Amino acid sequence: MSYVQGRTGEWERVIGLEVHAQVTAQSKLFSGASTVFGAAPNTQVSSVDAAFPGMLPVLNRFCVEQAVRTGLGLQAQINLTSVFERKNYFYPDLPQGYQISQFQHPIVGKGELAIDLADGTSRTIGITRLHLEQDAGKSLHDQGDHATFVDLNRSGIALMEIVSEPDLRSAEEAAAYVKKLRAILRCLGTCDGNMEEGSLRCDVNLSMRRVGVTTLGTRCEIKNVNSIRFVAQAIEYEAARQVEVLENGGTIVQETRLWDSAKGETRSMRSKEEAHDYRYFPDPDLLPLTLDPAWVETIRQSLPELPDAKKARFVSTYGLTPYDASVLVAETATAAFFEEVAKGREARLVTTWVTVELFGALNRLGVGIEDSPISAHALGELLDLMADGTLSGRLAKDVFAVMLETGQAPGRIVEERGLRQVTDTGELEKAIADVLVASADKVAEYKAGKDKLFGFFVGQVMKSTGGKANPDLVNKLLKKGLGVG
Amino acid sequence: MTALTPAEIAKIAHLARLDVPAHEQAQVAGEVTRILTWIEQLNEVDVSYVAPLANPHDLPLRLREDRVTENGDVRAILSNAPEQAADFFSVPRAVE
Repeated sequence: MSYVQGRTGEWERVIGLEVHAQVTAQSKLFSGASTVFGAAPNTQVSSVDAAFPGMLPVLNRFCVEQAVRTGLGLQAQINLTSVFERKNYFYPDLPQGYQISQFQHPIVGKGELAIDLADGTSRTIGITRLHLEQDAGKSLHDQGDHATFVDLNRSGIALMEIVSEPDLRSAEEAAAYVKKLRAILRCLGTCDGNMEEGSLRCDVNLSMRRVGVTTLGTRCEIKNVNSIRFVAQAIEYEAARQVEVLENGGTIVQETRLWDSAKGETRSMRSKEEAHDYRYFPDPDLLPLTLDPAWVETIRQSLPELPDAKKARFVSTYGLTPYDASVLVAETATAAFFEEVAKGREARLVTTWVTVELFGALNRLGVGIEDSPISAHALGELLDLMADGTLSGRLAKDVFAVMLETGQAPGRIVEERGLRQVTDTGELEKAIADVLVASADKVAEYKAGKDKLFGFFVGQVMKSTGGKANPDLVNKLLKKGLGVG
Repeated sequence: MTALTPAEIAKIAHLARLDVPAHEQAQVAGEVTRILTWIEQLNEVDVSYVAPLANPHDLPLRLREDRVTENGDVRAILSNAPEQAADFFSVPRAVE
């Protein structure tokens, strides 16, 4: 367990996360406006989203299904009756003057999620609840001189607010929680998890207490933490700030603080403090939402294999290490790619080629596995050419580089560029004989006991065969040629 | 019903963005207290055996399919805005 070392002793962080995940759906939670990201301002706004007088919200069935699916994926209780309430506050990007949310009766209750830590262990973190609510619009404060510009495209898009128990104890655990939650949401297809586009946003609740104390300290809520790296940074900054205040005899004021990623600090949002009186009440425009248990069961039956189950299967079926398995299952597309290549092939070799060679190449190109210039089929073909001796490991890497560049099939590259490895004993013996004649002085030194020169001869043979010689065969024949085989 | 104080009226007015001048707060407090006291007569009815009623009609919540049905006419949406600029709603600056 990692603690914060203060002047007067050790402190424990107590962290809970609120994640806002944008529901993957064509249209908004209560209107038929589009949810596509990046449209021109105010082009995806219905009269409901702009809160024109008399407009009534009508709930999107698919958004409800997505929330249920997510709840089931988090092994959570599905509440067959839930209620939409109004959360009242004034802000220019909230034209209704209230957000339709769920408060006392959320659609999903208690669940759990297992986080994977760097030392190979995992820990179960409680989920308090998941509820559906509307997103607000977007305010731009730096465009006009004395004006705020408002774009309502995001207004009314469905969000799932997913609240964890205060079970997290370090920045590493919090980061692992967000990573795992994101992987589950993406696997379920209920949120694309794109943090740059704001599809997944995170608020951090943090309080400090002396090690050994079991009651909770006063917490601060940190908003606007929009990458996994910032979650970790914001926690470290805020933990140190609170310890500083507490050790100097001060008290923590329960407040909302804003994460400033440019300055790497949290700061108080004084202006929002008194807005915390939200005066929730059931939305009179909407009846309670009741779910048919049979429908919930149908959704449960349609769940895909989740990352934890897939990881366990990769370890048991393919004999992978838990670490390699967790890398491969983090993205559904990567896991599918791996499984296609691994079909009938040596899984550990496949793992290395996918996680080292292919991931390295994709990172350099800045593309995801979906846009990989090398298909699973082509990579499999390359590995087959190694298995049947056509290519050495070294030549395979050369062919891989050409595949990456041209998108051509490995078999064709081997034929057209003559990259087939030389396994013809006679041809190699001749190349070795030539090398030994040309380096007669080195041969004499070798025979006088300078063993290290063996590598030099190997290098010369490789050079004269354009790197195509089969390395094992070269070793064997070279020893024979030098009279040491 | 405990009488509302002028300070409570000031707070409620602020939350609702209503302008109730300081010299009127005591009078409004008296009026609102009288209204609430009258409504509190409802507390005399025993409802301990009645489930909360969301709506007098025994209907399920109506749901719609996930389809885009709005064409997104930015002119129409902005047409009632008191101020607009470059296809945005323009409001008095909302941060310090």
